[in-house]
Amino acid sequence: MDLTRRQFIAIGGSSAASAALGSGLTTRFWGADPDPVHDPRTDGDQVIPTFCEMCFWKCGVLAHVKDGRVTKLVGNPAHPLSRGRLCPRGTGGTGLLYDPDRLKKPMIRRGERGEEHFEEVSWDTALDYIAGKMTALKEAHGPEALAFFNHGYGASFFKTLIGAYGSSSIGAPSYAQCRGSRDVAFQLTFGAPVGSPEYLDIENTRVLTLIGSHLGENMHNTQVQDLARMIDRGGEIIVVDPRFSTAAGKARYWLPIKPGTDIALLLAWAHVIVRDGLYDHAFVESSTVGFEELRAHLADKTPEWAWARTSIAPERIVETAHFMAGARPASLVHPGRHTAWTGEDTQRGRAIAILNALLGTWGRAGGFFLPAKMKVPGYPVPDAPKPSRHAPDTPKGAVFPFMDEGLAHGLRDASIPGTAEFDIKGWFVYGTNLIQSLPEQKKTIEAIQHLDFLVAIDVLPSEITGWADVVLPESTFLERWDDLAITPWREPFVAVRQEVVPPMYDSRPGWWIAKELANRLGLEAFFPWESAEAMVRHRLEAGKIDVAAMLATGVAGGRRAVVTVEEGATPAFGTPSGKVELYSQQMADAGLPPLPVYTEPEAPSADEFHLLFGRTPTHTFGRTTNNRFLSEIYDENELWVNARIAREQGWKAGDRVVLVSQDGGRCAPIRVKPTERIRPDCVYMVHGYGHTSRELNFAKGRGADDSQLVTRVKVDPVMGGTGMNVNFVRVERA
Amino acid sequence: MTSKRYAMVVDTRLCVACKACVLACKAENDVPEGYCRDWLVEEVRGRFPDLRAENRSERCNHCTNAPCVGVCPTGASHIAEGGVVLVTAAKCTGCKACMAACPYDARYVTPDGYVDKCTFCLHRVQRGEEPACVAVCPTHTLHFGDLDDRESGVSRLLTERDFKVNHPESGAEPNVFFLT
Repeated sequence: MDLTRRQFIAIGGSSAASAALGSGLTTRFWGADPDPVHDPRTDGDQVIPTFCEMCFWKCGVLAHVKDGRVTKLVGNPAHPLSRGRLCPRGTGGTGLLYDPDRLKKPMIRRGERGEEHFEEVSWDTALDYIAGKMTALKEAHGPEALAFFNHGYGASFFKTLIGAYGSSSIGAPSYAQCRGSRDVAFQLTFGAPVGSPEYLDIENTRVLTLIGSHLGENMHNTQVQDLARMIDRGGEIIVVDPRFSTAAGKARYWLPIKPGTDIALLLAWAHVIVRDGLYDHAFVESSTVGFEELRAHLADKTPEWAWARTSIAPERIVETAHFMAGARPASLVHPGRHTAWTGEDTQRGRAIAILNALLGTWGRAGGFFLPAKMKVPGYPVPDAPKPSRHAPDTPKGAVFPFMDEGLAHGLRDASIPGTAEFDIKGWFVYGTNLIQSLPEQKKTIEAIQHLDFLVAIDVLPSEITGWADVVLPESTFLERWDDLAITPWREPFVAVRQEVVPPMYDSRPGWWIAKELANRLGLEAFFPWESAEAMVRHRLEAGKIDVAAMLATGVAGGRRAVVTVEEGATPAFGTPSGKVELYSQQMADAGLPPLPVYTEPEAPSADEFHLLFGRTPTHTFGRTTNNRFLSEIYDENELWVNARIAREQGWKAGDRVVLVSQDGGRCAPIRVKPTERIRPDCVYMVHGYGHTSRELNFAKGRGADDSQLVTRVKVDPVMGGTGMNVNFVRVERA
Repeated sequence: MTSKRYAMVVDTRLCVACKACVLACKAENDVPEGYCRDWLVEEVRGRFPDLRAENRSERCNHCTNAPCVGVCPTGASHIAEGGVVLVTAAKCTGCKACMAACPYDARYVTPDGYVDKCTFCLHRVQRGEEPACVAVCPTHTLHFGDLDDRESGVSRLLTERDFKVNHPESGAEPNVFFLT
């Protein structure tokens, strides 16, 4: 009889067990009872659907609740943005809920501004104080002198409040410091938004070009899911990035471009595609205007011309142009998201849009889909009063012709007296740490000195709450209701955020804070509902959506709509010409270049590096770096330095260095990571570290804050965005 | 009873090394702070600018010839349903013989003094669910199933695609496969 080793062990085990049984010597330790499979019992007694706020993507989450505690968060299969799966941040949402450093009580400042000395007060005291300040500010300076800075979904109630109060001085760093230039570029070219989440049919893309997008490190759940599906179906990737990103690791082509020269490459690609007749003739003929002007503009933008500027060899430019054109229309040039790079960003976005037009990707499978949206009536409220003065968010006399949202940094600048049409005198800050989310940190701190008052509403302390006069602790997304999320998508849907567990500590949901302030300001007509839950239920009923089913699944709708030309959809272009504007008459009329123009970026000196910053999939800006659960994965940023440079300079892995910007901005010490994955003229770090707030007991002092090095910006003349990748740094030993 | 041989297949082409698998495992299994049962290896080879990258979500290989089981003096490390290697906490003395024997460094001593590691979430699998890491993975990098079932997803993937295992020279016959 042949026995394998495993069978032998099994037989041996069972005879030992029989012997033990026979002798009556069974104990738990040596017993014959089969080893039970241990169940950690983290499944909830209740599973409550809601949507995530660990970033702005708003994926559907199922929260497992056991004995009143959230044990785990998993993806909601019914939700079109999560499809049952979550990114690490969503999975780590419990780390926010149970963060011991959370803001717990309303607080009023008792020391000097920025000293972080506060007294805990009751909600009545805090709200009465704020209402008094708001009333006084309105009388003294007019309501428009109150600025509202915001990020995140809960801001909707405060937008209503500030609007009702009479101010339109509203800005989010997500516009001028992030995606604004891209949005404006696509609006100018296609007369349609790219959306957030972007309307990209990546799962059906055959060639995906990523230029200035590190998808995969940008952990936008649905888009990363689509990216993986695309790769699985044989799709190919072209990555343009000074850094060998995660996506570059999956790409057929990686073009390590010289920073700030994207427009030259984009124009050269367009040159090759036009010169070699590779563009979508039918689409260009039927749906665009300005092709002849474009052709003339591109005539001298040869691959050789671009080579000298971008450092990308001409044959690579030709090869990649042919490669992407060979897959059209399922050949998507990703519009990017954070695109506040060089101040030429709307022009850069236009060049990306034009390339997509040449490839005929608009409305096509594997390109940009044409989203559908469900209709749910709003809760009836009065119209907000019309402010008598426009927000002073641009410098005196400056005009950004295509700016279509408020400029957060402009509202900051207007707080320094005499610089704008009128002075901003008070700040209402919701969900954004302006110290890290705005460039030119010194200016932010100076502006704060001139304010009558600063209110910060947030879940966690941060640098900006440390500078505030009043701090209000909001409940996390797992402890509150919010307004419905009605998302235009391939599968249009409505999602609900509901309270998973009751608010911890003395925190309150945003809707309650806004409504209580409104009551104190005589603005109660704008908050006519009892609670956000009542408001949501009313809206669902008015929209003829089954409320019970909706609350049980978290989602209504979610069925595939007709969203591509292949399926029978017809694109409509909301431009003045009704067509895709390759040549932009609108821009020409505004005195701006009607076709994207390349301008030579400034170059760093011999001892300086381009400062690059980006994301890790585990964190959202600086908002999650105190999350102990997420930080088990990534708790401190590192400075990527080209391995050869590090060798030459004698910098070893783990050595601590300090970066100094050309204006003298310094960051905290950061550990060196020598790597082959970056150009020799660049250094890179993940954004969101180097916190200084005393109250962030975990995150403070870990890693470095790139925003301390963003001491200068180049302003985009089209929409007022702040190009931030114009800073060069020297590296000093710490 | 039909035999089962549980295995995991990791499609390295799809993985973006986001580490959702690590956190989902920690949450599902209530893994103590500072420990993890799965982890990411991000391997980059070459010289700038000619580089290649591979991301591997790794864990216990639930080896067919599991060295950890052979060396365990108390029988705590054992082979359970489907070939899954488990440790019974109550039988473990924390002697670490298994840790020394494991070619994959997949085991750790918990603060309570016993050895622990990936269980392929057998408690979930027995309920018909996927392991937590597989269920969360946004890129569908991770596949779990029964290699004795020729029609299973994992069997088909290993038939159709090129794959490798870590440390084939150990002779342990690991059951975590990496598609290349």
